[in-house]
Amino acid sequence: MSNIYMPEKGEILSIVQESPIEWLFKVKTTIKPAPGQFIQLSIPMVGEAPISVANYNHDEEWIEFLIRKVGKVTDAIFNLQPGDSIFLRGAYGNCFPMDTYSGKRVIVVAGGSGTAPVRPLIKHFIDDENTDIELIFGFKDQESILFKKEIDEWRKKTPMILTVDKGCGIDGECVGLVTEYIPHLKMYENFDNLEVVIVGPPMMMKYSALEFLKLGIPEEKIWVSFERNMSCAVGKCGHCKIDETYVCLEGPIFNYVKAKKLLD
Amino acid sequence: MKKLLTNDEFNSVLLNLSKEYDIYAPVTLPFKGTFSDTDLVKYEKITKLEEINLKDKSYYSAKEILLPIRQTIFYFNENEFKKPEGRTKKALVLLRSCDLHAIERVDNIYLNNKFADEYYADAKKMVKFAVIGCPGKGWESCFCASMGTNTTENYNLGLTFKDGAVYTHIKDEELNEFFNNGKDEEFQMEFVTENVEKVIVPENIELEDIINDEMWRDYDRCIKCGRCNFVCPTCTCFTTQDIFNRDNSKTGERRRVWASCHVDGFSTMAGGHEFRQKSGDRMRFKVMHKISDYKKRFGTHMCIGCGRCDDACPEYISYINCINKLSKKLGDNNE
Repeated sequence: MSNIYMPEKGEILSIVQESPIEWLFKVKTTIKPAPGQFIQLSIPMVGEAPISVANYNHDEEWIEFLIRKVGKVTDAIFNLQPGDSIFLRGAYGNCFPMDTYSGKRVIVVAGGSGTAPVRPLIKHFIDDENTDIELIFGFKDQESILFKKEIDEWRKKTPMILTVDKGCGIDGECVGLVTEYIPHLKMYENFDNLEVVIVGPPMMMKYSALEFLKLGIPEEKIWVSFERNMSCAVGKCGHCKIDETYVCLEGPIFNYVKAKKLLD
Repeated sequence: MKKLLTNDEFNSVLLNLSKEYDIYAPVTLPFKGTFSDTDLVKYEKITKLEEINLKDKSYYSAKEILLPIRQTIFYFNENEFKKPEGRTKKALVLLRSCDLHAIERVDNIYLNNKFADEYYADAKKMVKFAVIGCPGKGWESCFCASMGTNTTENYNLGLTFKDGAVYTHIKDEELNEFFNNGKDEEFQMEFVTENVEKVIVPENIELEDIINDEMWRDYDRCIKCGRCNFVCPTCTCFTTQDIFNRDNSKTGERRRVWASCHVDGFSTMAGGHEFRQKSGDRMRFKVMHKISDYKKRFGTHMCIGCGRCDDACPEYISYINCINKLSKKLGDNNE
């Protein structure tokens, strides 16, 4: 039996500021996650926090984490420098059902730091000739836009709507909530061949899903990612439990058919 | 093997057993209760029969023997993590039928919920269970008969204390050697067959049917102290904490500490967003876990009907009434 609580050491390779409050940490590790999974990052003496995987490379053995300074653990992570050690255990949770999406048209709606967990999924499908993806990214304002360079590259390859909640739209951007732009997507001819991924703040996910339902997209074609308080990430501590479901075990990715019944 | 022992003979068994086993049983701790003049009945190590409180229900359950209130997961220093040794001496726990069922509930979460917990598994290997009967219909708030946990066959040792003697049913061969004294005697273990309290548990509840019910607002008077969770033998939640040494801040330990879904902060996420802010909603969450969610996952109700939550609540909130109210409500709706 392996000890599920014992973390392993990783090394911070680089730290890049993505927005005024979010930084991207690249960590050397042998852990091999799948898109949508999360890792328990920890610093001894401070504690642990579940952080979603924002990118990875299995061959080069690194994972990227987009981290916002919002708590005890993330405060401590922000004090680290490249070369410093950080501790990891995981990868935990289910992942996006990549086989289900493969060969289809995939709409990805992401808000704010919700762009981080969908990034591995987009990277996986963006150059896949058999799978078409269309993106709607929403950020609070221009300063909050994450992964700018990549967004510019993705925009060249696939249809994309980039919107900010307020302020004035700059080149190629819209102003308003992502929900306003959902009816403007291009790919509504054939619902059978469509999958929708929505990741962001709970309100944004809820109203975006309702918008797709209004357009006639079946519930089983919609996927969301949940965020919850976690302590163990292995179905013991109970913090992330909703009804009989443990977000750390059965989530964080849920089909809308299940997600709509997960009531807190 | 079944034996009849005098109290003195049983004491000599306990004495011999205690060389190999830590023996835990409910004992009375004078003046340790909630109020100044009250005693506390809880699980402690014993070495003789006279120390055991057979008359009262223990305030806390036996779960902390397997799942301590505070448990070190590992010690750390600058270079390494080290797992603590854990239990080195075997243990024998004297407990009631309902509490033994509770251990089985905890097993499901700690051993069978996708991942197995090494700390719990290691402790479990070292522990044997001795079931002791309960007086009459149990105690005031017991409803084990309603939950089907009033009897059990799954014990290592069965004990019935009657007429100044101890009837023992030794099922575990490892324990045989300790029972050389006493005489062979056929007897039946005596279990509670009926309680004063009767609880009707509604079956197949859909959360969406009751989540917005006004009845949960009655429980907003709960003061979120979490006592009901801490005394519950089936509550298993914990929070992880890192503690470092004051003398050398580079060494310390990571612990898990019992947590409660009634206490503030249980669902609070980084950034401060919190689910179930009202006490009544937390009551609903706990109740649904005990009589619906757990069953959907593991096939049995989580609640084992010990009634400790009702005994411990400082606001006199009755879980028993809540279940019966829910049952009546759903029954009414179905008519």
